[in-house]
Amino acid sequence: MKTNNNNLSDRKLLIIGIFISIGALYLIRLFSLQVADKHYKQLADNNALRFVTQYPARGKVFDRNGNLLVFNEAVYDLMVTPKQFIDAIKKDSLNPFDTATFCHLLEIDKKSFIERMNKAKNESYFKPSSFMTQVPKEDYAHIAEVLHRYPGFFFQTRTVRHYPNAIAAHTLGDIGPISQAEYEKDDYYGKNDYIGKSGIEKSYEKELRGVKGLKVMMVDVHNREMGSFMEGELDREPIAGKDIYLGMDAELQAYGEQLMVGKIGSIVAVEPSTGQILAFVSSPTYDPNLLVGRERAKNYSTLQKDPMKPLVNRATSGTYPPGSTFKTVVGLIAMQSGSITPATTFHCSGVGSLPIKCTHSHGPNPDFANAIMNSCNPYFYESFKATINNPKFGGIKEGYQYWKDMTYKMGLGHKFNTDIPYERPGNIPSREYYDKMYGGQWNSVTIRSLGIGQGEVLVTPLQLCNIAALIANEGFFYPPHLIKCFGDTTAIPEVMTTKVDPGIDPKYVRIMKQGLRTVFSGPAGTARRYEMKDIPQCGKTGTAQNPHGNYHSNFIAFAPADNPKIALAVIIENGGYGATWAAPIASLMIEKYIRGYTTREDLEKRMMEGRISYKNER
Amino acid sequence: MNERNSIIGKIDWVTVLIYLALVIIGWFSIFSAKYDEMHPSIFDLSQVYGKQLIWIGASLLIGFIILLIDAKFFNAFSLWIYIFFLASLFVVLVYGKATKGATSWIDLGAGIKFQPSEFAKMATALALAGYLGRLDIDLQKRKNQIIAAILVLIPMALVLMQNDTGSAIVFVSFILVLYREGFPGTGWVMVAGVVAIFLFIFTLIWSQKIMYIILGCLLILTLTYYLITKKKGIVKMLTVFACMFVFVFSVDYAFNKVLQEHQRNRILVLLGQLDDPKGVGYNVHQSKIAIGSGGLTGKGFLQGTQTKYDFVPEQHTDFIFCTVGEEGGFLGTSIVVLLYVALLVRIILLAERQRSTFSRVYGYSIAGILFVHVAINIGMTIGLVPVIGIPLPFLSYGGSSMLAFTIMLAIFVKQDAYRLNVL
Repeated sequence: MKTNNNNLSDRKLLIIGIFISIGALYLIRLFSLQVADKHYKQLADNNALRFVTQYPARGKVFDRNGNLLVFNEAVYDLMVTPKQFIDAIKKDSLNPFDTATFCHLLEIDKKSFIERMNKAKNESYFKPSSFMTQVPKEDYAHIAEVLHRYPGFFFQTRTVRHYPNAIAAHTLGDIGPISQAEYEKDDYYGKNDYIGKSGIEKSYEKELRGVKGLKVMMVDVHNREMGSFMEGELDREPIAGKDIYLGMDAELQAYGEQLMVGKIGSIVAVEPSTGQILAFVSSPTYDPNLLVGRERAKNYSTLQKDPMKPLVNRATSGTYPPGSTFKTVVGLIAMQSGSITPATTFHCSGVGSLPIKCTHSHGPNPDFANAIMNSCNPYFYESFKATINNPKFGGIKEGYQYWKDMTYKMGLGHKFNTDIPYERPGNIPSREYYDKMYGGQWNSVTIRSLGIGQGEVLVTPLQLCNIAALIANEGFFYPPHLIKCFGDTTAIPEVMTTKVDPGIDPKYVRIMKQGLRTVFSGPAGTARRYEMKDIPQCGKTGTAQNPHGNYHSNFIAFAPADNPKIALAVIIENGGYGATWAAPIASLMIEKYIRGYTTREDLEKRMMEGRISYKNER
Repeated sequence: MNERNSIIGKIDWVTVLIYLALVIIGWFSIFSAKYDEMHPSIFDLSQVYGKQLIWIGASLLIGFIILLIDAKFFNAFSLWIYIFFLASLFVVLVYGKATKGATSWIDLGAGIKFQPSEFAKMATALALAGYLGRLDIDLQKRKNQIIAAILVLIPMALVLMQNDTGSAIVFVSFILVLYREGFPGTGWVMVAGVVAIFLFIFTLIWSQKIMYIILGCLLILTLTYYLITKKKGIVKMLTVFACMFVFVFSVDYAFNKVLQEHQRNRILVLLGQLDDPKGVGYNVHQSKIAIGSGGLTGKGFLQGTQTKYDFVPEQHTDFIFCTVGEEGGFLGTSIVVLLYVALLVRIILLAERQRSTFSRVYGYSIAGILFVHVAINIGMTIGLVPVIGIPLPFLSYGGSSMLAFTIMLAIFVKQDAYRLNVL
């Protein structure tokens, strides 16, 4: 073959050809990967950079006088990167004695240590997982001191809410882990974020949460951070959430909660001139600090199982028959529609009255003032009847429609939709409801209970309180709301500062107001025992029949009469007569708010220590 | 001194400069890939880039010594060198320490590990060149063919027994030199090899049934062609088809029984039959991201985020090309690819101008070895070849490969420098 060498020499061409073709093929491939295809560039960005969220401090919450109600407290989650710890054990750089000391420090036993480590390992071997959440700050300090001895462990700071006064749990609400639905609704959140779950934490979530910051870190595949990307050029500092000042008076709120101990029910107090809620008591209540920290889940479940349902905010989601307090509404509409005048009298036969008996003893032909003071049932039934039968409406159903529309304008049968979460609308039945119920055949007798706030009518304590405010204001109200102002100059939503006028002539409301004054001041006033000489109070008792046993004790009130500073509604479930529990509690609240202190020690003691026994769970 | 001066005048500087360029690119890439802020100096000997400098220095020194050694030495001792490295392969099999599933290291102590398989390729090239360079050898003779084949197959088998599939595949490159030297049938073997690869790929992608149908159709067409034109060789042609059918028939078996699971997965990932960017396909996926993110001009020296932060495994050894791609962009990768192609073509051209068969065979052998290394290594980082763990010559970190490739090339440069002394 050697003679044939020249021939074979040509074979170099094929070999060189192979080299060049593969080179060319690779160049084409590289061109397509590197230049033509932008896909890999994007992948790379997600790969090597970690976008670390910088959580802003959540806004603080103050009461109307600047007392701190909610603030943030740093908590420390102990994190572990299992690989680093296990590597250290393998290298014998950590002896068993150290681990035992560590367990002792963490106040856990060896078994728990291993369980936690295995759990972390299952989550990720390379990435840090939580080993122990929310280490109390007392423990944090001395653990952190020695933590460097335990490879793979580090602390991560988070903040949790703290409530110095442990009041107003329902109002302040709580924050908790975001749900899937919440997560999907708003792209602000990450999967492990916390979000306001109830109370103002929920209604002002957007303001309180602030703006997240961002830190772009370079990381390697083992999740180790290798420093700031581009010297932090892309980083954004977090912006702290807005502080919120509530209309609530912390002292009054605490006082109300004290008064409500041992009773189920609610107190709602507003400032009539603004609609700001001064006190928002739902009883039984709980310490809001229970829903913070490591024990949150456990405590939540305990509270949830409590038969007294302390988690329910009865001020907004408890719906009650208003009883006689509703006579204010009935009376105002009757006067406004021209169906009665203040001079109108109706006959009352006391317990023998038909179709509704009277529970109070008074003269046989009361006028409006007398009827309000004595809470005469027949008078208000007749007023209600006169309204819906008023010939100017051209029929009872049309008359009823007018009446219902008026109650709607006065804030009943619907939510206020301000900043109070979980409102229930209450119930004022519609025409159609009765048509359906009675096959179209109904009249004022059929629905007579409405005239005295019984039957189908249901209100929340919040709605009832608003009626008191409406009368206090002589005809208008501001939708009740929790917020007073933000910590900065941001205006509060317009709906809360817009005056609502249901269209009742102030002269009628003034007559009503005078009537309510006599409830305290009149010789037969149902709340006369709680009259204070220097603070003229107005009010109306209610003793509401209900399917849950003894009467609910209801009361609406405001004071001082000529320049009301506070309007409130009190409902004590199964408390009996309105004058027994609700009226004195309301009166004490008024005194406390206006004076800043109380003078009727015996009454106060009796109310605070009074217990109502609840046999049936609700 | 006269001797040394004459060497500088005689060596092929094109080859040497390409070599130096690649070595320097490799060193800087390793520095960038393993850059540690605590050790910002490229000369820091505690870091891999510092160590690589030691290996480069040692390689240059040994390379220089080789240039000073008599050119005839390697021809004369080729068999002994070959036997020495075969023996060391045996030693590895017996005493070698397991590294990444392939038993290919001998620990020499002091942190230095020695990988004989890197040198075995060079030794085989020497042995084959020495054998074919003998005046009495004629590759048309069956006996000579068998011995030539055995010279290649023994080290290949030993490397394979170490479970070092990658290095074993490199020995396939000797088919090129055998082809050049007129070993009968090697051309057909190459064609058959290419056909087999395609059949293998398409069988895995489309399944055997479809392959049978396609082959059947082709067979009918070819038969018709033969019958119409009444050409001769119909039996040969039928044999070829029979072989193809058998091959396709055995693909499934070979794939499932002969290949190991990680090898199967790597092939499936490559063929797009298995999509698992976080598992089996992780290396390739990350590698493609790193290279792809480089763009036209790259992110700049030390600016690569992908390779610098360990996203690409083995980034300073087998996947060093990722750093080139990420930081140098298409510009960097094309320079490296073109340097390799230039080096390979240069070696072939130099080999062809040799007077001695020994030098020519040796030149073709190392061209083949380098080619397979480059083609597989770069091909795997850009997702054209399954992941096969062999280093990129002159660029990858590692003492054994750096020394072995340098010595391999230096011997050839020396042979070339003294080609005129050969009668």
